[in-house]
Amino acid sequence: MRKALFLILLAAPALAADRVVVGSKNFEESRLLGEIFAQLLESRTDLEVERRLGLAGTQVCFEALKTGAIDVYPEYTGTGLVSILNEPAQGGPAQTLNRVRSEFLNRWDLWWLAPLGFENSFEVAVPRELAERERLKTISDLARISKRLRGGFGHEFVGREDGLLGLRRVYGLDFASIQPLQHALKYQAAGARDVDAIDVYTTDALLITHNLIVLEDDRGFFPPYEAAALVRGGAPPEVGATLSLLAGSIDEETMRSFNLRLQEGKEEEAVVARDALRSMGLIKGQERETRATSAPTLTHYLWDERRALLRRTLEHLSISALALLAGIVVAVPLGLWLERHRGGAEATIRLLGMTQTIPSLALLAFFIPFLGVGTVPAVVALWIYSLFPIVRNTYSGVRDADPRAVEAATALGMTPGQILREIRLPLAAPVLMAGIRTAAVLTVGTATLAAFIGAGGLGEPIVTGLQLANAPMILSGAIPAAILALLVDGLLGWVERALRPAGLGSR
Amino acid sequence: MSALEAKGVVKTYPDGTAALAGVSLEVPPGETLALVGESGSGKTTLLRLFNRMVDPSEGEVRVDGRPVSELDPIALRRGIGYVPQDGGLIPHWRVERNVDLVPRLLGWDVDRRKARVREMLELVGLSPEVHAPRYPAELSGGQRQRVALARALAADPPVVLLDEPFGALDALTRLELHRQFLELRKTLGKTLVLVTHDLAEAFRLADRIAVMRSGRILQIGAPEELAERPADPYVRALLDA
Repeated sequence: MRKALFLILLAAPALAADRVVVGSKNFEESRLLGEIFAQLLESRTDLEVERRLGLAGTQVCFEALKTGAIDVYPEYTGTGLVSILNEPAQGGPAQTLNRVRSEFLNRWDLWWLAPLGFENSFEVAVPRELAERERLKTISDLARISKRLRGGFGHEFVGREDGLLGLRRVYGLDFASIQPLQHALKYQAAGARDVDAIDVYTTDALLITHNLIVLEDDRGFFPPYEAAALVRGGAPPEVGATLSLLAGSIDEETMRSFNLRLQEGKEEEAVVARDALRSMGLIKGQERETRATSAPTLTHYLWDERRALLRRTLEHLSISALALLAGIVVAVPLGLWLERHRGGAEATIRLLGMTQTIPSLALLAFFIPFLGVGTVPAVVALWIYSLFPIVRNTYSGVRDADPRAVEAATALGMTPGQILREIRLPLAAPVLMAGIRTAAVLTVGTATLAAFIGAGGLGEPIVTGLQLANAPMILSGAIPAAILALLVDGLLGWVERALRPAGLGSR
Repeated sequence: MSALEAKGVVKTYPDGTAALAGVSLEVPPGETLALVGESGSGKTTLLRLFNRMVDPSEGEVRVDGRPVSELDPIALRRGIGYVPQDGGLIPHWRVERNVDLVPRLLGWDVDRRKARVREMLELVGLSPEVHAPRYPAELSGGQRQRVALARALAADPPVVLLDEPFGALDALTRLELHRQFLELRKTLGKTLVLVTHDLAEAFRLADRIAVMRSGRILQIGAPEELAERPADPYVRALLDA
């Protein structure tokens, strides 16, 4: 089953030789670097470039790279050392780079290209007003009073050894409360004094705008975080050669100005990336295109994005349809089998019911180590969700199909097979179809989350929009997804009524 | 040779309840036998032995002189008519398809089946034109029982088993169907076993009556015999009720 799915799905993504898939994490800078990689590859090579930007965090990106679902993404040396290799921070930038280079190469055939020229370390920032009142200069100062403060940190930072976990161990940093926040929202929260301390990046532009002070890492806890492209050994050779052109070409000041354009100017990463490459002289082009920096209205946005919208809708539908079809193929026979072997039926159905209680994101993430990222794990996860409603309704529909008619048919000499085909299944059809309908709506709805693991679909603008705090972008995914769910529901409702056998009245 | 025969039959269900506690019975060809008793007396279980809807725990059951345990249950059932309490019609099949059930299973050719359906509907007092294309839900309770009867008779089985066939009908319809039943009994000459909890019905319709209680036959005999010489206080009480 899984193998078959693989074969169908792998026909499409990453592995074809003349393609390169560029990934990124889910915050502005990583997305921008990914976009810069992609544009440079587009202009300097003949490779077909596919973007999988905004994958949910380091683990997803790294697994995706290992499994070949993506070929390259921007990573930071310190993250590689602490989060991926699970080693403590020690030594300077060069030592850190050497360490990750040799380990990644030996263990996974992954290549760190020469660093891009800037470091983007984690840092801890507090509102200026709080720092002045409490005389906070270092993280040690903060640890003194942190027990009565509220922390607001990125989801990933909270769980990382080179994040809050390590800070707690090294500095004894404990907060009265900790609120996990999207990166783009942290600054607003701190600016509004909803939280008292946040994690920031060296290159963030919003520090100034929101009047925040960076505290000194007085115990040298954070490792050096040099940004670099991390490339899969199996990627086309042009990828490494081309992206090496970027070595040392972006300093902290430059990166901060790019981030400012993204964060404050709400400019598109494609535009900023193009400008960046031009200013480095890596691509030729005319004068910088000035774009309206005010957020476009939703209608304009939808119109501008209509092609992407269509593609995403089709992606969304094909992921959902594949999962649902696989669900039907497995769940209907299983339901029928359980009806014949009623002993274990209730227990089996209850067990399947438990799959519905697994949070969707957890289930999606669960498959990454085995199936990588992209369409395959998304379809498998959605398939699992689709099983329960179909099995349950097949089982109960067939079991409860007019017992008196079934008994009379038996007594008059119909075989069990004839009774199943000619009586029970037709009578159960509407119930069975209702199960499929429930599963379909569930699948179409949950498929939006598939974007978190790079499967595309209508969740893509939702996830990206959340990362960029861009409401029209979020809605451009959310509204079509809702409409799609309603359409699927309506269509299958119609099928359900059409399948109701004649003679049963219109219950 | 008896059309139907049960010898020392015991039926115990897996949960331990004894439905039949040693029953012997012979039904000669052409006889109409009524099994009378309260619910739980074992009368339906006894009836269902003959088409192997129930297999005995002990004892032997014969149909037409042959032990049913040696017969293929599917073939056996196709050769025996069956009418359950509420008709048991298949709800998404039209009346004609319901009546056609057994001839179709037996692989009769289409023309013969069509003619047979007409004939059967007329036999039970329904109009082929009006009623054949209807669905069971579009019929009255009495009409449904007539269809069930037509279905049971369609392949011309020598034996018909009827399980409370008139139990769910109102009094007037029941009388009307009793009349029809007696007529069919006379013209068709089949062996009929009728389960009922209504002694008056048994008196009216049957050649012989078996009164059952707790999985045993208390008395079996012609109606007059029961009326004149009840063999058991329970039979007497039943008659007086």
